[in-house]
Amino acid sequence: MDILNLLMGGFAITFEPLNLGLVIFGCTVGLFIGAMPGLGSVNGVAILLPMTFLVPPTSAVIFLAAIYYGAMYGGAISSIMLGIPGASTAVATTFDGRPMALKGQADKALIAAAVASFVGGSISVVLFTGFAPLLAEVALKFGPPEQFALMLMAFATFIGLGGDDIPKTFFSIMIGLALSAVGLDIISGEPRLIFFDLPGFFHGINFLVLAIGIYGIGEMLWTVEVSKGNVEMSKATVTIARTLAALKDIAKTWKTMLMGSVLGYFVGILPAAGATPGALMAYGIAKSTAKDPDSFGKGNVAGVVAPESANNAASTGSMLPMLTLGIPGSPTTAILLGGMVIWGLEPGPLLFVQHEEFVWGLIASLYAANFFALIINIAFIPAFIMVLKMPFTILAPIIFCLCVVGGYVPTQDMHDVWLMLIFGIVGYLMRKLDYPLAPAVLAIVLGPIAEPTMRQSLIGSHGDITIFFTRPISGAIMVVAILLLLMPLIKIYKNRNKANGGPEKTV
Amino acid sequence: MRRAELVMALCLAAFSVYLMIKSMELPVGWVRGEGPGGGAFPFWLGAGMLICCIAIIVRWAKRTSVQSQSTEPFMDKDTLRMFITIGGSLTVMIGAIHVIGVYFALPLFLMFYLRFLGRHTWRLTAAVAVAVPVFTFFFFEIALLKTLPKGFTEPLFYPLYDMFL
Repeated sequence: MDILNLLMGGFAITFEPLNLGLVIFGCTVGLFIGAMPGLGSVNGVAILLPMTFLVPPTSAVIFLAAIYYGAMYGGAISSIMLGIPGASTAVATTFDGRPMALKGQADKALIAAAVASFVGGSISVVLFTGFAPLLAEVALKFGPPEQFALMLMAFATFIGLGGDDIPKTFFSIMIGLALSAVGLDIISGEPRLIFFDLPGFFHGINFLVLAIGIYGIGEMLWTVEVSKGNVEMSKATVTIARTLAALKDIAKTWKTMLMGSVLGYFVGILPAAGATPGALMAYGIAKSTAKDPDSFGKGNVAGVVAPESANNAASTGSMLPMLTLGIPGSPTTAILLGGMVIWGLEPGPLLFVQHEEFVWGLIASLYAANFFALIINIAFIPAFIMVLKMPFTILAPIIFCLCVVGGYVPTQDMHDVWLMLIFGIVGYLMRKLDYPLAPAVLAIVLGPIAEPTMRQSLIGSHGDITIFFTRPISGAIMVVAILLLLMPLIKIYKNRNKANGGPEKTV
Repeated sequence: MRRAELVMALCLAAFSVYLMIKSMELPVGWVRGEGPGGGAFPFWLGAGMLICCIAIIVRWAKRTSVQSQSTEPFMDKDTLRMFITIGGSLTVMIGAIHVIGVYFALPLFLMFYLRFLGRHTWRLTAAVAVAVPVFTFFFFEIALLKTLPKGFTEPLFYPLYDMFL
């Protein structure tokens, strides 16, 4: 078995003392970040990415993946204890987790979330190991037209699956792409979009500046605003006897866990779909297939198990397109992808050939991260509850400081710190008006891949645009992308038909 | 909320137009045999952004989007005060970095935030205000060898560099 050998090699890398330490450290940090209301894996990875310049790329990605994993576990903690989702991915966990906590079963809900996360993570990592090399092999045959078609499909999925306000989603994607075009034109080498002729724009806008601006400063402003009111915290008593009893109940939900894991994994693979819709879908299916659907929303363990297994599975799933195709499946993987570029690795299928140890080290570390996150999570439940009691007025200024320093370090230019502040403030104001910002972050990461592949394809075909449609793989992807782009229009048309057919009685 | 929606759309529209004008410094048209010129990609993105802004304004006028129906204020008094104090203190801190450097700007910001916004004790405030810059120094300057801006306080750090590097 070729894959098994590679995986063993990966484990050898994961168990190097430095990497293993980073896995454990990353899981712990991730759990704390995830447990804070308002902070999720994206924020953790964005704010801490500048810290990884110290270690080699493989260790860096292992650390960030561990944070990602830890935060997915941790998101459930504030959902259950405070009734505030720790991250959007844990929204579905509040539906039953919070009622359970109010009934005095907070410990059971927390353990259910941890176990379900572990099962979801484990199943999806196994699926990941099986699929990734196959997909990478196919993707190796891709040329610029196919890559551009993939990028277009990634953007199209944001819109097809995005929020209700379609013009705002479109705007967000396009502004992200436009910001990625700042700097030197990659093909002609001429300076481009040097706003107000400031020299700081010559080196382009680092995606981290936007990511830290939005997910660091903007998000903190948002959280300070939202968390003004007092939140009531549930009590949790944790004893070994109660834990064992809880585990017995949780074991009965294995079918739900399995369903959540597989569903979450496949939803996670879709670009831009990610863990939030995966968790919501899993909750919906668990409820509709249950014998007692009425008990959902009132504190049914299955209602915690389904979304938690799905969101962890989805976070693994979203790494599949990131590693094999170079398109991120979620904002967090977009930041990981941007990090890979900073570390000097070219994302995409070639990674599997040129940087075998990087890819397999990462995959093996996911197994390890999953295991350690489970143990740390259950062992430190009391500590996380303490964290939730920590006043935000201590945490917020420390995070602001980290953002400022983290924004400076990659380019060592104060220009970028100012830019980050502007992005943070404008992002906060836009978010208040429901502009989705995740598409902008994904777009600024994908922009430097999308534009050159499009122009290289056109140079290759001497300016003939049909090149995107005449090559079989590229053509098929383009058709899907265009259909997805048209989906909102079809939706509007359908709604109008409904509105025209229905209102005879009402008007 | 309704007014904010319109103002934001107009500001973003203005930025889109600026982006389009700026893109025209490079060839925007189709270069024969090569496809679009260097300015084309951002130019058409700017155009697309402008169209989105127009769509947002049209929806605003027709009151179809959620924000254009809302009668809630965009920011109530408390939020506005929070926004101005935090946004303002961040701006002052970043500005101060140019002059007095990171290692004096960060503690001042932390002290202001913890003591005057958070109303924490002086002891806790001092602990955080010392710990954060010390951690920053050892992590970034010593471990990562990335020098942070120090303004005119630079000479104060020479002995530290001598000691640790």
